[in-house]
Amino acid sequence: MKRDSGARWFAAAGMLLAVSLLLPWWEITMHAPQYPEGLHVTTWFFTVTGDVHEVDGLNHYIGFMPLAKVAMLERQAAFVVGPLFTILLLLAVPLRTRWSALLALPAATLPAVFFVDLAVWLQYAGHHLDPHAALSSSVAPWTPNIFGSGGVGQFHTDSAFGIGFYLASLASIAAIMAIANRVKNMDAA
Amino acid sequence: MGTFPRKQFVAAIGASALLAACNAPKNDQAQISSAEPAGVGNAPPAGGNADAIIKARGLNPGDVDAALRTFVPPGKHDDYVMFASGGHSGQVVVFGLPSMRLLKVIPVFTPDSYVGWGYDFESKATLHDGDFKDATITHGDTHHPALSETDGDYDGRFLFINDKVNARVAVVDLARFETKQIVKNPLMINTHGLAVTPNTEYVIETAQYAAPLGWGYAPLNAANFREKYRGLATYWKFDKNKGVLDPQKSFSIELPPFFQDLTDAGKLDSDGWSFTNSFNSELAYPDNWDGGLPPEASMSQNAYDWMHVINWKAAEAFVRSGRASTFNGMALISIAQAAQNGILYLLSEAKSPHGVDVTPDGKFLAVSGKLDPYVQIYSIAKIKTAAARSDLKKGPYGIRVLPLTETRIAQIPIGLGPLHTQFDDQGFGYTSLFLDSAVAKWKIGDESGKGWEMVDKTSLQYNTGHLAAPHGDTVKPRGKYIVGLNKWSIDRFTPVGPLFPRNLQLVDVTSPKMGVIFDAPVGNAEPHYAQIIDASLLKPMSVFPVGFTPHSNGIDPNAPKAGKEGVRIDGDTVYVSMTQARSHFTPDVVHAKAGQKIIWRLTNTESTKNAMHGFAIAGYNVSLTIEPGKSEHFEFIADKPGVFPYYCTDFCSALHLEMMGYLLVAER
Repeated sequence: MKRDSGARWFAAAGMLLAVSLLLPWWEITMHAPQYPEGLHVTTWFFTVTGDVHEVDGLNHYIGFMPLAKVAMLERQAAFVVGPLFTILLLLAVPLRTRWSALLALPAATLPAVFFVDLAVWLQYAGHHLDPHAALSSSVAPWTPNIFGSGGVGQFHTDSAFGIGFYLASLASIAAIMAIANRVKNMDAA
Repeated sequence: MGTFPRKQFVAAIGASALLAACNAPKNDQAQISSAEPAGVGNAPPAGGNADAIIKARGLNPGDVDAALRTFVPPGKHDDYVMFASGGHSGQVVVFGLPSMRLLKVIPVFTPDSYVGWGYDFESKATLHDGDFKDATITHGDTHHPALSETDGDYDGRFLFINDKVNARVAVVDLARFETKQIVKNPLMINTHGLAVTPNTEYVIETAQYAAPLGWGYAPLNAANFREKYRGLATYWKFDKNKGVLDPQKSFSIELPPFFQDLTDAGKLDSDGWSFTNSFNSELAYPDNWDGGLPPEASMSQNAYDWMHVINWKAAEAFVRSGRASTFNGMALISIAQAAQNGILYLLSEAKSPHGVDVTPDGKFLAVSGKLDPYVQIYSIAKIKTAAARSDLKKGPYGIRVLPLTETRIAQIPIGLGPLHTQFDDQGFGYTSLFLDSAVAKWKIGDESGKGWEMVDKTSLQYNTGHLAAPHGDTVKPRGKYIVGLNKWSIDRFTPVGPLFPRNLQLVDVTSPKMGVIFDAPVGNAEPHYAQIIDASLLKPMSVFPVGFTPHSNGIDPNAPKAGKEGVRIDGDTVYVSMTQARSHFTPDVVHAKAGQKIIWRLTNTESTKNAMHGFAIAGYNVSLTIEPGKSEHFEFIADKPGVFPYYCTDFCSALHLEMMGYLLVAER
């Protein structure tokens, strides 16, 4: 019987990750009386879109940093990381060595890294409000929730991970399966 | 109230907003909670006590019926939008129907410190385009709004409005609900009627009080009045792509000094023709000071006045053939040319007419003579047949006269003071009765003259001028309502001094018996005429792209940009490049020396609906409202030394009062 090299798992992980890069990873919607349609900000792997201008305009009152300044390094790195991790997965598909399992490792960790990075940034931004902002004395530092609903001021907020994040998580699972299969079934040489 | 909790206070000031992108902190004073989720149109407690309210307020079943027909719940939109002329306020006033709520006042011929019309450089320039000789005229008498049409129905793109006193026509762009262009008629000194052709090929402007053409002078006497004083019909060519009237492609037709009045354009079968009435077949002129009758009497001696029947397509072809002359830059067809080339005919009409209105099918004309108790119905097919005859008799000024007996097919007795007619979608016409203070409803009959009869009449309050109905002068009237534009209100409203509000009355016409269902006071000048459009046809912008200047309808390359603001001094000119956003101006200080010219550009960099800002500065007569994205430009000489605060005049945010800056003008 032919040994399973995990090629299908590598391919599946690669395709899932590639698609995830084109879909929203994290979304927040803010509701307030004067915004009957809500304000929406969507975080993609490469960029942030939606009512960024308005949200920044509101945030300046409490000294919350402009969204463009959040995770600047990560956003630049994303243009390399996203395609690179996908390519590594796809490169591994035809390989048969045990060590080639390592090519899936970056993709396997990506959603967790994203999660941790987002959480750290939310904590950092929420605790580094500009002390000179107009309403800085009215709002104490806090850590915005990474998911679920909440509220601050007249705003009710709902945040959630997007389909892109979930596909990347599936890609992560596929990558782990790929690693497991390859390590288990392939020779070290 | 005692101590006002700080965190509730912060929530309460949130006219703008506090922050975003975050969830609530869980445990400390940063937790700011609004007392209640603010609803959109929170309804009163449901059901049960309506009878008690009706009883307590002393309402009768008719009142309740009217209330139900006109009530638009909070947060809901009206079905129709009415554009009413603002009379001698020089504005256009916009209402929603059926609620009759005031939605907007659009300044046209008159400066307005709210929107800044006539304060910024570009709108001043638009007003200047209507200059009479070297004088900028800052008032107007808006009379006849006319919505642009496609295939004979309103298309919701543009509104035209004329200024009776100065013979000017303005274009209001309904993408922005803002005046875009003003043109002064180079031949006429004043005007009355305005109408558009079925595809807005032309906007027809017709004269009122005769005067020598080209704003000339001639002593007033019988001979001069007959030979040198003239009426006119101008056909302004409309460029639909640019959204402007094109004087180069427009033309006028010289008319006798009959004091032309309203005009309507033919449609469908009668497309290519236009009909203009007049009220001075007597060729009377003001001479009571010399022993004559006053004009009201001298102009009302004859039993009939003259309707001008004009084949405008023939006129257009005549101008294109190069045979017309040019006067003050406009192509002009003389009376003789018009009379001899199948362009102009006269037709008798009831004395002192106002409305001359084409039925939705384009087949008939309803003429209302204010001193004649009938609506007079003419067959346009018969008019065209008669116009083709070679044996027509010549009347005044050598103009061929269409026989009344061959063209008028019916007279409907409706009452005193018929003034103007609108139509519904059920085959009825509605004619206002100025003297009776009423509206008459009559059935549209047929070509043989049968079936034309009044079916209902109801009182209005008071002295009804024009009527307006949804799409009521198009090929596709929508019915449902008639609005009576009443000149007087007398006892209808809470007294507010000797200058009474006008009364716009909404009449329900969905039942066999008409009924007034709403009185809307308008604290503005007399609205002469209005047009009502299905609201779904209007697609206005809600924000401008940042840097947009409406006056050139695009992005201004000189518009200040966020991050690139500044003040530059070049010789004796100070260039200010400023932005505004909640809740600050950038820069917030401008220095100048006395006598320097300041060229000030200001962009509202907001991109959120409704996030407008104002700008006003002490001492230098500048006041603007700047919608999100818009860029404005104004100039003045800083000739008065001092410290001049400028600030946002539109309550924009919780920190609106702090949105200010200083202009410091130092002594030389």
